[in-house]
Order: sequence, then C-alpha cells, then structure tokens
Amino acid sequence: MQQKTKQKMKMSRMWGMLLLAGCLTMSMGTLAWSDSDDWNKYGGKNSDEGYGKSEAEGYWGRTTGVAVVTNKQYQSECSACHFAYQPGFLPERSWVKIMGSLDDHFGDNAKLDEATRTSIENYLRGHAADRMPNRFSRSFLRSVRDDATPMRISETAYFERKHDELSPRMVKDNPKVRSFANCATCHGGADKGVFDEDSVRIPGFGRWED
Amino acid sequence: MKQLWIIPLLLFAGEAMALESVVQAQIAGYQQQGAGPADAARGEAAWNEQHMQPKLGKMVSCASCHHADLTQAGEHIRTAKLIEPMAPSVNAERLSDPAKIEKWFGRNCEWTLGRDCTVQEKADFLAFIQSK
Repeated sequence: MQQKTKQKMKMSRMWGMLLLAGCLTMSMGTLAWSDSDDWNKYGGKNSDEGYGKSEAEGYWGRTTGVAVVTNKQYQSECSACHFAYQPGFLPERSWVKIMGSLDDHFGDNAKLDEATRTSIENYLRGHAADRMPNRFSRSFLRSVRDDATPMRISETAYFERKHDELSPRMVKDNPKVRSFANCATCHGGADKGVFDEDSVRIPGFGRWED
Repeated sequence: MKQLWIIPLLLFAGEAMALESVVQAQIAGYQQQGAGPADAARGEAAWNEQHMQPKLGKMVSCASCHHADLTQAGEHIRTAKLIEPMAPSVNAERLSDPAKIEKWFGRNCEWTLGRDCTVQEKADFLAFIQSK
C-alpha cells in the first residue's frame, strides 16, 4: 500500500516537471515573438538600471522608445513652456550647454534659481544619451559628430533622417503643430517615451503611412 | 450629521482665503519696497501694452502668450504650447505660490519689457490677475 502511494507521488512529480518545462518553453517563445521594433509601444518599458553591453545590444536595445522622465523638478519646471524632452535624446555635453545658457533659452528667458538649475542639470547629465544603454538613445548619439554639441534634438542627423519625409505643411505650416519642438502633438505616447511609427497621428493628416 | 455638506464648502472657502492672503502678502511686500496702492486697471493696461521683442523681431505684450482675456488659455508665441488660463476664478492654481509668482515675473518681465518689472508694476499685475 505504502509502496503504491510512493510510486503515485513519483509519477505526479514527473508530470509536474513536464508541465513546468512546457510552460517555460512556451513563455520563451513569447519573449522571442514580442522582441520586435514596436515592442515598446505597450508601455515604454525602458529602465535605467543595468547598464552594460548585453542590454544595449540585446532585448532592451530593440526598441523605438526612450527612458521616461523620472525627475519631478525637471518635469514641472521645463514643461511649463515645452514638452519635457527625455534626457536620453542628447549627449551630456548638450545638456551642460543648454543648462548653462538659460538666460537666452532659444530666445526665451528661462532662468532658474541656482539650486534648481544645478539639480536639473545633474539629472539631465546622469540620464543623457551617452549614459543610457538603450538602442534608441545610441542611435541619436551615434548620429552626432564628436566635435558637435547640438542644442536641439531636431538638429541631430538621426532625427533629421527619421523626419525627412514630412512636408512643411505637415509640421511648420500646420497650425496645429507649428514646430518639431511639439513632440507630443503627433507622437501620442511621447510622454511615456514611445516614439514608434505606428502611433504617429499628424493633426489634419491622420496616421503616418510610409 | 446632516450638516456634513458644509465641510467641502468650508474647505473651498479656506482655499479662496489662502489665495487672497498670498496676494495680499505679496502686495504688502512690494509696498514695503516703495510701491503705492495696487491698481487693477493700470495692471490691465500694462498687460496689453506692446513692446519690441528684439530676439523675435516683433511687438509683444503679456497677452501674446497669455491671452488678453485671462479666463482663456493662451499659447506660447514660439512653441505654441497651451498655457492654462491666468484667472484664479477658472484656474485655482494661479497666484497660490509666492515663489512661482516671483520666478515668472523674473523671466517674463525681462522677455516682454526688456527689463525687470518695478514693484509698482508687479502689484498692479497681481491686482489685475486676481480680479479675474
């Protein structure tokens, strides 16, 4: 009787292992399947933890998203006038230059008290494109020459390449858009760091079809 | 228990009074620095006064970005970003934070008038905005 129970338990353990193995295999299949360019649109899941080559070139790398803004001070001070651009779009040296010239900030006076200015600058520098592991930031970074310090994201070659099919009437002459500075007008997920092509809606033109 | 409905009203009144006192304290501060009585009508006139903005090459006023009607949302003249209405009657956040008031006077007076605002001008602007 006891012998029989033991055998039964052994059997059920075996089936349990098989089931577990099956589940693992299936879930890995899902991982591979969701590893597409647009994976990121379901939540902009970039973290700034875990720097390193494996992440830069692996799973996290294949996204068209940028790490979200995590600093409340940057968010509230800067987005009073414009979209709070994610720091991962420009190299550290650009942020230093921008934060060092707030008195003439693209023609506006955007001066801050020194404590706030330093704190925001530190945040931007720590999360700049040359500090971030994800591929989207790398793409922007690689398109900037080593001796250049762009002041605008729209000045980088990668940005220009990604927007070169747009006509002026879609952006500059479009009264609902007016400027490339207004990321979120066409990129609905911009504040979540999502910039993939499928989610683009241009006011007055609708979906962006390649 | 039936009188519980009065609580939200009280809270609301408390908030309105907080706003009032922030502005009063601000104006009192300006008066200590030499400003006379705050004049909403003078504030309104200054709000709409046109000045040359050299970097933009255009005549601008406060209303260029904030709208002449303070109960309406404005639009940043360069970035086109929506700027929430200035009138406390439709936007309760306005004039509730002294640091914010000073920060924006600092930035916007320089940009619009090409110089800092005087304490008298600041007092007039506050009176004008608060009256809306």
